[in-house]
Amino acid sequence: MSAFLKSREAILALAILVLLAVVASRFPGFVRPGSLANVLTDTSPLIILALGQMVVILTKCIDLSMAATLALCGMVAGLLNMAGLPLPLILLAVVVLGAVLGAINGLLVWKLGIPSIVVTLGTMTIYRGTIFLLTKGQWINAHQMSDGFKAFPRAVFLGLPVMAWIMIAIVIAAWVLVNRTPLGRAFYAVGGNPHAAVYTGISVGKTQFWAFTLSGALAGLVGYLWVARYAVAYVDIASGFELDIVAACVIGGIAIAGGAGSVAGAVMGAIFLGIVKNALPVAGISPFAQMAISGTAILIAIAFNARGQGPKGRIILKQAEHKSPEARA
Amino acid sequence: MSILKKALTTTATAAALATALLASAAQAETRRIALVVKSLGNGFFEAAARGAEEAAKELGDVEIIYTGPTTTTAAGQIEVINALIAQRVDAIAISANDTDALVPALKRAMDRGITVISWDSGVAAEGRQMHLNPSSNPLIGNTIVKLAADQLPEGGDVAFLSATTTSTNQNIWIEEATKVLPNYAGINVVVTVYGDDLADKSYRETQGLLQTYPNLKAIIAPTSVGIVAAAQAVTDAGKIGEVNVTGLGLPSEMAGHVKSGASKSFAIWNPVDLGYAATYIAYELTTGKAKAEPGASIPMGRIGTVTLDENGEGAMSDPFTYDASNIDEFSSVF
Repeated sequence: MSAFLKSREAILALAILVLLAVVASRFPGFVRPGSLANVLTDTSPLIILALGQMVVILTKCIDLSMAATLALCGMVAGLLNMAGLPLPLILLAVVVLGAVLGAINGLLVWKLGIPSIVVTLGTMTIYRGTIFLLTKGQWINAHQMSDGFKAFPRAVFLGLPVMAWIMIAIVIAAWVLVNRTPLGRAFYAVGGNPHAAVYTGISVGKTQFWAFTLSGALAGLVGYLWVARYAVAYVDIASGFELDIVAACVIGGIAIAGGAGSVAGAVMGAIFLGIVKNALPVAGISPFAQMAISGTAILIAIAFNARGQGPKGRIILKQAEHKSPEARA
Repeated sequence: MSILKKALTTTATAAALATALLASAAQAETRRIALVVKSLGNGFFEAAARGAEEAAKELGDVEIIYTGPTTTTAAGQIEVINALIAQRVDAIAISANDTDALVPALKRAMDRGITVISWDSGVAAEGRQMHLNPSSNPLIGNTIVKLAADQLPEGGDVAFLSATTTSTNQNIWIEEATKVLPNYAGINVVVTVYGDDLADKSYRETQGLLQTYPNLKAIIAPTSVGIVAAAQAVTDAGKIGEVNVTGLGLPSEMAGHVKSGASKSFAIWNPVDLGYAATYIAYELTTGKAKAEPGASIPMGRIGTVTLDENGEGAMSDPFTYDASNIDEFSSVF
């Protein structure tokens, strides 16, 4: 129990409650169930993307192209909708396209050994540019999208919109993946100790490739959700959002050096950021102070996290402990 | 001696002839006018580029270079300006992302004899020869308040949804709108929020407005991204008919929201006219037919003439109101 209380997740959960309390003291309406459900729905894209980013960061990489992948897949979803394709096929198409775009990142990292930050910085620009080439800069507007296309993420099922249910399903799937499957454990192994991973027969590059493919597929799915929710698609949608995704992961205690982090952490990191984003407009805080407050909240959350930094590795060979004390780190 | 003299005369004649030929060649040379926009991929600027092409066709000896950065940053525009200086274009007509940051680069362009004018979003006076406002700021400020007030005979609470806290345009318009508020009895502005010209942030800010101000009757968004996002947020909140979204937007982007009733009406000048006028003015200045000085009148082809004030600024025309009666006609244009 005390181990749980000291865990990052517990500290973060506490931080979220404190944040809610502070907001509620200024604007009580914010903590009504209906309003909180809105915040959860609004944060769903960020949660899904943070999970994708989490698996990439676990393998010691980073994916800066997620927002651009999202934008490109969202635009393609809009174009396919205008072409009259039925929604299930559009969903399939954006997930596959996202996975392919992610796989391109993965292949470049795996086969050419280029650092992921450089690869994804490049593909980020390429994917954005591709949207421009596809559309010549034209927007896709609300009246050009079919009603079914726009209504699907909004449809309410058991009190929550479909968008939130999709997020919940992905959170569960992600938990099963990273905790209960060989690939999921490989993400941790590759990021935690690449050399040891190789000795156990795990291919570092291949694992990273799958992490990128997964994050791309999730970004593709969110591309559709995003375009349908805001009922508009243009080159710049979700511009700068890649930094929010990374921030959500960092707040959630996903170690940038790889190998450490949990699904619960990523989800809570995203929720924390989502609450900050949603609360600032209603709390009547000057827009000039909003960005500074967002940044400060992130730094404070990270400072808290850093204190409880990572559980130490279990020592299997007692004799080895004395010979190499640095192995503990 | 006489042979030498003759040779000399011939050479001189040939030289004179060559000079004359070169001069006439220079006159027939096409003028390259660069239309630099805030960012590529914005429907508004694509429409302005069409207007510029129209002016080029009318003028005959003009080549339009339509360019700009991919994101709305001053740094991106400085790169574009430097590239244009290297290409030795004849004129730069720019819609600026930053009032001051572009001044050094544009000054360098003017030092090299390039005509520099700004349009739509201005540059500080020392960085350009003149600025063409799409309309006058007081007129726009008045129009956006009037659009809201026309739907509210009894008055009520309204809020502004702006772009960023540093956007030159939006802040001036809201300032001007605030000045004319006393003329509209019962219109009570409760707050100004900033959506940063991002669809998701503008949507979230609108949701915040609807929560915080349950009596809100209208949202005035003088930004094309903001007005669309606000209309969608009002639709999703089921508040069509209760909260009217108005401001400045593009007909093609607003058509759905005007039909759904989320927006009763909105205004915009014609960006095609704006690109046309900017090109026409740049041409007049670069050919020396007109001079950019306070009080000068510069022709703008089919639109008329613009008269410059003491700051070297001029207004093109009044903004135009779009509603359910004319949206179909214009939504296919821009």
